[in-house]
Amino acid sequence: MSKRYISIWFRQLKTDWFIIRQPLLFNTAFVLSEASHGRMIITAASPAAQSEGIHTGLLVADARAISSSLQVFDDITDLPDKLLSRLAEWCIRFTPSVSIDLPDGLILDVTGCPHLWGGDGLYLEAIIKRLKERGYQVSAGMADTIGTSWAIARYAKESFTVESGKHTEALLPLPVASLRIETEIVDRLNKLGLRQTGQIIGMPRNVLKRRFGQSFIKRLYQAMGLEEETIYPVQPPEPYQERLPCLEPIVTATGIEIALQKLIETLCHRLQQEAKGLRVAKFKCYRVDGKMEMIETGTNRATHHAAHLFKLLEEKIATIEPGLGIELFVLDGLKIEDVVPFQEKLWKLDSGLADIQLSELLDRIESKMGAGRIHRYLPDEHYWPERSFKPASSLDETTTSNWKVENRRPLQLLAKPALIEVTAPVPDYPPMLFRYKGILHKIIKADGPERIEQEWWIQEGQHRDYYCVEDEKGCRYWLFRSGHYTSEKLYQWFIHGFFA
Amino acid sequence: MVASKANIIAQLQKAILPLQGIKSIAGNQASPIDLGPINHAFPNGSFITGAVHEFFCNGPEDAASTGGFITGLLASLMKNNGAAIWISASRTIFPPALLSFGITPDKIIFIDCRNEKEILWTMEEALKCDGLSAVVGETQELGFTASRRLQLAVEQSRVTGFVIRLNPRNLSTACVTRWKITSLAAVLHNNMPGVGFPCWKVELLKVRNGKPGSWQVEWVNKRFKHAAKAGPMIAIPSNQKMKTG
Repeated sequence: MSKRYISIWFRQLKTDWFIIRQPLLFNTAFVLSEASHGRMIITAASPAAQSEGIHTGLLVADARAISSSLQVFDDITDLPDKLLSRLAEWCIRFTPSVSIDLPDGLILDVTGCPHLWGGDGLYLEAIIKRLKERGYQVSAGMADTIGTSWAIARYAKESFTVESGKHTEALLPLPVASLRIETEIVDRLNKLGLRQTGQIIGMPRNVLKRRFGQSFIKRLYQAMGLEEETIYPVQPPEPYQERLPCLEPIVTATGIEIALQKLIETLCHRLQQEAKGLRVAKFKCYRVDGKMEMIETGTNRATHHAAHLFKLLEEKIATIEPGLGIELFVLDGLKIEDVVPFQEKLWKLDSGLADIQLSELLDRIESKMGAGRIHRYLPDEHYWPERSFKPASSLDETTTSNWKVENRRPLQLLAKPALIEVTAPVPDYPPMLFRYKGILHKIIKADGPERIEQEWWIQEGQHRDYYCVEDEKGCRYWLFRSGHYTSEKLYQWFIHGFFA
Repeated sequence: MVASKANIIAQLQKAILPLQGIKSIAGNQASPIDLGPINHAFPNGSFITGAVHEFFCNGPEDAASTGGFITGLLASLMKNNGAAIWISASRTIFPPALLSFGITPDKIIFIDCRNEKEILWTMEEALKCDGLSAVVGETQELGFTASRRLQLAVEQSRVTGFVIRLNPRNLSTACVTRWKITSLAAVLHNNMPGVGFPCWKVELLKVRNGKPGSWQVEWVNKRFKHAAKAGPMIAIPSNQKMKTG
């Protein structure tokens, strides 16, 4: 399939923007100026000023002499860059791949897009019409190569589309400057009497190269489609993306739901065929006024189950503000992973964590309550109780370490050990009584001590001597003394947990 | 005549049980949970799976013993590589300790909720998911409507639900059973020193169509063991006398 490109030329990018911002400037003579070597030089002139003979490069003082009512504004240095990137984002509604062509153009890779608007001609017209509605004077060209479309946009009498494969013919009558070459080379060509592209195209390659250099050959061949040329899109298109342009702007929730369902179904169908699944999905809504609304969701396990994904995103539709209407829906699969096909078992056995229903349930919980609510733990190689387990990042994650079984651990562990008052015989006997939250517990039975040392490479501090004790009511507690018995009384007793 | 009347009543009772959400286990399959003498307290003579059980507790000591008893039950429910969900607002469970009750801690998924509304929603959604073995929820309040919703959810999915209620106020719920588990002083075998095995007083305060009762249960070698004869507890006072003496 041959590539198709559209090049858009904003003839008056900067002054158009000034007119859009201040409509009173329409049809008045004004210029933008910039200080250079102590003089004010005109960097852009409005159409009205141009008709009076004021052009870019003229001094402001000279221009004032030509037109007494001339208004002068300061130029903004990176204005074209900002404007073009904003326009490029806006143009994403026509094609996913849009790149900036400084100083005053855009290049759209429209391969496979025009038929959605009913053909090349209608597509180009739609783009030009919409840009004109925004207040920009544009001309555009559509061809198989970037070079040809660029040439047509700038040097053809009017915007038109070149049929596929006819781009070289379209270049023939255009001036040599349309080849995107340096003015120096253009002058030299003109001196030699070579004014039209048609006059050079037939010349042998080595002859041209010797006289005009490698870059000239490159530009010429790129325009003719003999050499590859790439563009750098402002938003790199996602490999897993579905788009749904709308004929009429959508404002209702039902409309958004239908669009979402349609996009999810097409994306899931594709994922299913490639045995892939979605982990993170982003649903973007491009509004008529140029703003973008977006909702996002993630799943615990890669999935291409359309109904489930729809349910996850459906809950967030209420947060979308349609404004005056949404004209383009885009569904991006941001994180795609391989799906392990789940084998249906003949007899019912618990599939445990591999269960699809379970991961869908967790997705629903996470999408409703927010991230960070679901935890699963794996053993970690530490004796220190608080560090003896670590959170698992996914349902499938496993570890080579095993859960330690040799020592008794309390079922309920306090998040932070609580200080207790204790009566204990020295040196290493368990306490006889302890007071926790004002209640006195008399200890009947005890196990211990179990000494757990600080891991000095992680944290400095004192060791803990743990005792498992049972009070007169039969309740069992996990107590510890931090540090040795010393005369300075640096040791302290804590309660850390409750045994079942 | 009398015999036939008793027959009719027995048959009617059997017909009523499924309507109340208590389904007898089909065929020759035994209930996965064997509680020994406590089995007789239940209709059909076996622990009711696929229902919501309610546990009352006051204070962290009770919460620990209740948690221990429930994890013991979970271990039997999850023995075929099953997974369970534990829902709470302020989680204090120490995962490595679950191992001593026969559960691989990484088979349990903990969900932290902010308030009771979230807990109840999560619990209901989780109970609807028949890929799970069991669902445990810690909530203080459980209204009648909410508990009815949980019960209806499990009647579809046959998942077993456990609700731990710390300091409960509302007592009317649609749960099938109501339990209270308190710690007891461990029974020491052969004059062994130390603390001994976990030992609980298991009180079945309410059971639909069954006989409530009180038992003393020990957790030995990853299974429930009856420390004393079934029936009302006599062992405690004697134990306490020993301690004070």
